[in-house]
Amino acid sequence: ARAAEAEIARLAAERDEFQAIAAAGGGLTQPAPVAEAVYGLGREALPEEIAAWDVDVLPDGRGLPVGSGDVWTGEELFVDQCAACHGDFAEGSGNWPVLAGGFGTLADEDPVKTVGSYWPYLSTSWDYINRSMPFGAAGTLSADETYAIVAYILYSNDMVDDDFVLSNETFFEIEMPNADGFVIDDRAETEYSIWRAEPCMTGCKDSVEITMHASVVDVTPEEEGMEEEAMHSEEPAAEDATGDAEVVEASVDPALIDAGKGVFRQCQSCHEVGEGASDRTGPQLNGLLGRTIGSIDGFRYSNSFKDAAEAGETWTTEALEAFLTDPRGAMSGTKMAYRGLSDPADITAVLAYIESIGAE
Amino acid sequence: APDPAITELQDWASYLGVGVDETPYGLPIKFETDVVRRNVAWLTASPISSINFTPIHALEGTITPQGCAFERHHSGAIELSKDDYRLMINGLVDRPLVFTYADLERLPRENHVYFCECAANTGMEWAGAQLNGAQFTHGMIHNMEYTGVPLRTLLAEAGLDATGDLADKWVYVEGADASSNGRSIPMEKALDDVLVAFKANGEALRMEHGYPVRLVVPGWEGNMWVKWLRRIEVTDAATESREETSKYTDVHENGVARKWTWVMDAKSVITSPSPQMPITHGPGPLVVSGLAWSGHGKITRVDVSIDGGVTWQTARLGKQGDTKALTRFYLDMDWDGSEMLMQARAMDDTGYVQPTKDQLREMRGENSVYHNNCIQTWFVNEEGVAENVEVS
Repeated sequence: ARAAEAEIARLAAERDEFQAIAAAGGGLTQPAPVAEAVYGLGREALPEEIAAWDVDVLPDGRGLPVGSGDVWTGEELFVDQCAACHGDFAEGSGNWPVLAGGFGTLADEDPVKTVGSYWPYLSTSWDYINRSMPFGAAGTLSADETYAIVAYILYSNDMVDDDFVLSNETFFEIEMPNADGFVIDDRAETEYSIWRAEPCMTGCKDSVEITMHASVVDVTPEEEGMEEEAMHSEEPAAEDATGDAEVVEASVDPALIDAGKGVFRQCQSCHEVGEGASDRTGPQLNGLLGRTIGSIDGFRYSNSFKDAAEAGETWTTEALEAFLTDPRGAMSGTKMAYRGLSDPADITAVLAYIESIGAE
Repeated sequence: APDPAITELQDWASYLGVGVDETPYGLPIKFETDVVRRNVAWLTASPISSINFTPIHALEGTITPQGCAFERHHSGAIELSKDDYRLMINGLVDRPLVFTYADLERLPRENHVYFCECAANTGMEWAGAQLNGAQFTHGMIHNMEYTGVPLRTLLAEAGLDATGDLADKWVYVEGADASSNGRSIPMEKALDDVLVAFKANGEALRMEHGYPVRLVVPGWEGNMWVKWLRRIEVTDAATESREETSKYTDVHENGVARKWTWVMDAKSVITSPSPQMPITHGPGPLVVSGLAWSGHGKITRVDVSIDGGVTWQTARLGKQGDTKALTRFYLDMDWDGSEMLMQARAMDDTGYVQPTKDQLREMRGENSVYHNNCIQTWFVNEEGVAENVEVS
């Protein structure tokens, strides 16, 4: 309460100072008037609105909804929704984060910082997965699904057995191995006290040798190559295509392709298209138009896609339009966590874009 | 011989140039197309969750144009219109409130120039000299003039009487994008100089910088400058979100990590000459130009060495240092054409002296990723070509 009083006094003093400056006719760069006074702007936040946005979870469990999920349900969800980036066993893929293992490595030359080896609070993984994952479909997991996925990640870290069920109650049974592995910023004591000193100006060392050259490591991006890339991206995407594609695109409006490139941003966290495209959370989209539905080898399709593949159905413009308008309606049970495009013009554009850079 | 550029009639002195409205919103002239942000592809898994670098080697003065100011996204940059924008304040306040963009424009606003530096700037250099270019070693920084409403004004609108003792309270700030990047900020800072900003360098924020509204947290690591700011919650504890536990914590040699390392310590770098900016004019007058900054306050002095730190001379500041903003420094020298090991060393108004890389390593080891503010060395050879090196 003393701090509050001090703050109010400070604000009042600041306001008085401002008024004095304003009265003196100057000070456009001075602090604006701030005050305990209320401007009366903004409206009351409704309970439903607060409930919709205030979903963060604190280390003491505040914010956790009622719910539960078991390891095996979590594994299924993980393989479907997380494994494309994090690996089937949370071991990570490419440059995407490793979520499991790494115990005892924090003092090594290359620490492996995972949920098990590094994260100090279980709340953080629940909160982050619930709010920000899966990548490209954030906010789509139910509370039970989040509990299940977190349970699987704990299992991947050997922190629970395979029959474990994580819930808003068992949450408190989990001890995070690295909970005590953090200290609050102590630079003021350990560093500033030493480094706040008059610096040396002459004869500061006896000799100087070069001990390391960046050119030896040779990991700096080539600027010329990058500029070429930047130049290309400003040209109509059609220019990037090769072979047969050029013939197809000759009649396609570059502005439409460009618009489609913008729409595709909603797709690109899960789908790749163009040269070198590979499967991610969703299959790569090269040669999509005319391709047999569900036909990319090695991609884990949902059943409706497998059925379509068996029936030999192909992606026609009409089929793609129907699917993109209402994914779950057109392909019941699809794993694609995307609500669809409501504007037919967006669908036309995005298909033109996919065709322009991903035609085979 | 007479210079034909002078003696012969040139096209541009005879034909007509382009009219007004040729580019209603202008871009740099075609000769400057290399002054662009650049990405280091191997650093991250995907450009959607990634960072690029300001071309600081090619800029002068202190203000960073928005179009080449580095970008850092966790789930991509989003298109959020002013009409769709909402800002909620909730938690331990007297009145939970929702503001529209139009509401924010009706509150008293201020203008301030501040630098925004990613905590990982220079992070790739911990274990050794890696990237050849000031853009890549030091380019996770920009410096803009922000227009916005002090966060304390908005908190006062919601009322802090119900909050109780402010000393142990926090605000948790959160973005509207899919990453919903969130950070905890102690109340003392929230009531000090934090801005809820909607303009930068006089114009609307760019999409990649959080249009229409971002948080400005002067002197503190860039991750806390939440873009597409949608919610401010007054709490009685740090939320310990993903970005303040698993990331943006600094692992030291013994495996223990420092947390809540918010302030960006004093730092400087010579931007020219540098690997992307070789000396092309031979011996004679040379302008050594660089940037210095401190999250604690004002830059008071910058020293420059051309012999790898044996002797130092005090550089000239472009103008008096502003608090928590970039300061330009110059050394106007006569280069004799011999090799140089160029370093800069910043001091701020708390008396802090920028440390060497060895000093930092001795204190923290090589795995802390974040907060590398060491003295940088460029080796310049007799041809004027510069390289990123480390020295004894």
